[in-house]
Amino acid sequence: MSGAVSGAVSGGPLLSVRDARVGFGTVRGLLRAVDGVSFDLEAGRTLGIVGESGSGKSVLVRSLIGLVGSGSGAIVGGEVRLDGQDVRGLSAKNFRQLLGRDIGIVFQDPMTSLNPVMKIGRQIGEGLRLNRGLNATAAARRAVELLVEVGIPEPERRASQYPHELSGGMRQRVAIAIAIACEPKLLIADEPTTALDVTVQRQILDLLQREQRQRGMAMILITHDLGVAAGRADDIMVMYAGRAVEMAATREIFRGPRMPYTEALLRSLPRLSDPTHTRLSAIPGRPPDLARRGTGCSFAPRCTYRSERCEAEEPVLSREGGRGFACFHPLNASAGTSA
Amino acid sequence: MSDLLRMTDLNVEYPVGGGRHVHAVSDVTLAVRQGETLGLVGESGSGKSSLARALLQLPPPQRGSVLFDGNELTQMRGEALRAVRPRLQMIFQDPIASLNPRRRVAEIVAEPLVVSGVRDPTERTRRVRAVMEAVGLDPDLVWTRRPHEFSGGQCQRIAIARALVLEPKLIVCDEPVSALDVSIRAQILNLLEDMKARFGLTLLFIAHDLAVVKSVSDRVAVMYLGRLCEVADSASLFATPAHPYTAALMAAIPVPDPDIPLGDTKLKPGDPPSPLDPPSGCRFRTRCPHAEARCTTEVPPLREIAAGREVACHFPLIG
Repeated sequence: MSGAVSGAVSGGPLLSVRDARVGFGTVRGLLRAVDGVSFDLEAGRTLGIVGESGSGKSVLVRSLIGLVGSGSGAIVGGEVRLDGQDVRGLSAKNFRQLLGRDIGIVFQDPMTSLNPVMKIGRQIGEGLRLNRGLNATAAARRAVELLVEVGIPEPERRASQYPHELSGGMRQRVAIAIAIACEPKLLIADEPTTALDVTVQRQILDLLQREQRQRGMAMILITHDLGVAAGRADDIMVMYAGRAVEMAATREIFRGPRMPYTEALLRSLPRLSDPTHTRLSAIPGRPPDLARRGTGCSFAPRCTYRSERCEAEEPVLSREGGRGFACFHPLNASAGTSA
Repeated sequence: MSDLLRMTDLNVEYPVGGGRHVHAVSDVTLAVRQGETLGLVGESGSGKSSLARALLQLPPPQRGSVLFDGNELTQMRGEALRAVRPRLQMIFQDPIASLNPRRRVAEIVAEPLVVSGVRDPTERTRRVRAVMEAVGLDPDLVWTRRPHEFSGGQCQRIAIARALVLEPKLIVCDEPVSALDVSIRAQILNLLEDMKARFGLTLLFIAHDLAVVKSVSDRVAVMYLGRLCEVADSASLFATPAHPYTAALMAAIPVPDPDIPLGDTKLKPGDPPSPLDPPSGCRFRTRCPHAEARCTTEVPPLREIAAGREVACHFPLIG
């Protein structure tokens, strides 16, 4: 649990994203779902991306791996580098290879991300055959080993079953086995436990964390649950209305948020440590319409610290002492530079 | 405090073909006191939503009694049941799906008045306007609009207005904030607390999120695979859980504080069993760290271990 901040780039990060943009043409004009997001992620670290629905967290990450692109009518911009290689400049074939070998993905709902008519063992072995050149026998054997590794009892029997024969938690374990099969450098987990019960959620998060550490993978953990992010991420990026509004080591986000939205979000959570009937600090209003964004800070209409400047001018994500925040009136000024 | 609602030996079963049944709710005895919020917690398949539907007679339970405000609901049908329903309302998880997309907001909120026989349109309009204002909706702005023009949080306000317009005694809230974003969730929880105080409501609050349940509930009941594990006042339950399942649930909650180490659920590895084929004896025994031979053969009855604390466990953690 080191508190080091990965903001400073020296040896070259595993993943580097610069000015990522995703827009969708709608009848009401261009909807800017992701609006100029930059971040770095180093090998072996976990970045938690938190935000509410519509904040752009899933669209951002899906655009990095080509799931949101011109094929889906989106306008995508910015630069993405994995291990120094410009991902966006690759041919379709090379990009598919990169995805298969170097990036593993776990989605929210394993029922829809798994192939319902293919046996589990074959689904796990598929990537090994395509990307690692294993023959069918070797891939099948490795699939069973992976089932053991992700904690599935009776792996031989399970390998010849279909996804519907497994519980939700088991299916997510299978999805993790598929994601790690080709030894990726980067694991992307998009709300991996949102569809699961809390006791099963714990098991799946433990498994993800164990695999990430053992294999030295970098992980992007997308979640709306600040509790999940607090327990699992080294660094956190907070998104609001398509922009990164705060970025820092996890402990700093929770101990001394600089951006008023982060503070408001933390204060609105019901806490087990509070007595019953404690009044919650709700955030008034709701997030802006991304197709009709005005000038200024997107959070200004809901912010208690707003000034005239916030409504006229867009704050950029500035960096101070290794952490970033997009605000003209940052909070906790003294906490900002502490190591 | 007297009981507004008392369920006794409630059983809900669903046929699933081949002569088999899902035992969704088994032998539940539980009371909701006048003026309190009773939180009902459990994971999927615990039977919490089935329990809510059974007490509303949607449909009636297979066995057991539901005594509400002096009426035995399981013995009532048709007109008699309709006469009680205004005092017993419900709010659902998905606020958008629970509103008729083709109706205007004013019609949606007025519908219960029409059904219960308030014939005077002026009277209906007056009551609809009053309840809209109470839940923070501007009647003049929302009156002729339709649900799709509103966000999830606003739709939940409309659903709350619809539940309140008949001035009920009890509202069953089934996961009312689970589909809402964090920043909106606090608004709706605060609104429910305000409405409870203002209209003297009693709430049965069903949720899977323990922090949400604690923030609104005076007492909490925990369910697992169709049976009650534990019933206690909120403060005692969260301070010293008596049932190993309650303790596991609490340890599993992701706490939004990186300085609090992850708790140990102490659960045996494995998934929750299917409600189609629940374990014999104590249904939690397959995952329980304290299970012994007795737990396989003997169903632990819900018994009082301290004043106001009931637990269904042969080896409770306290008492």
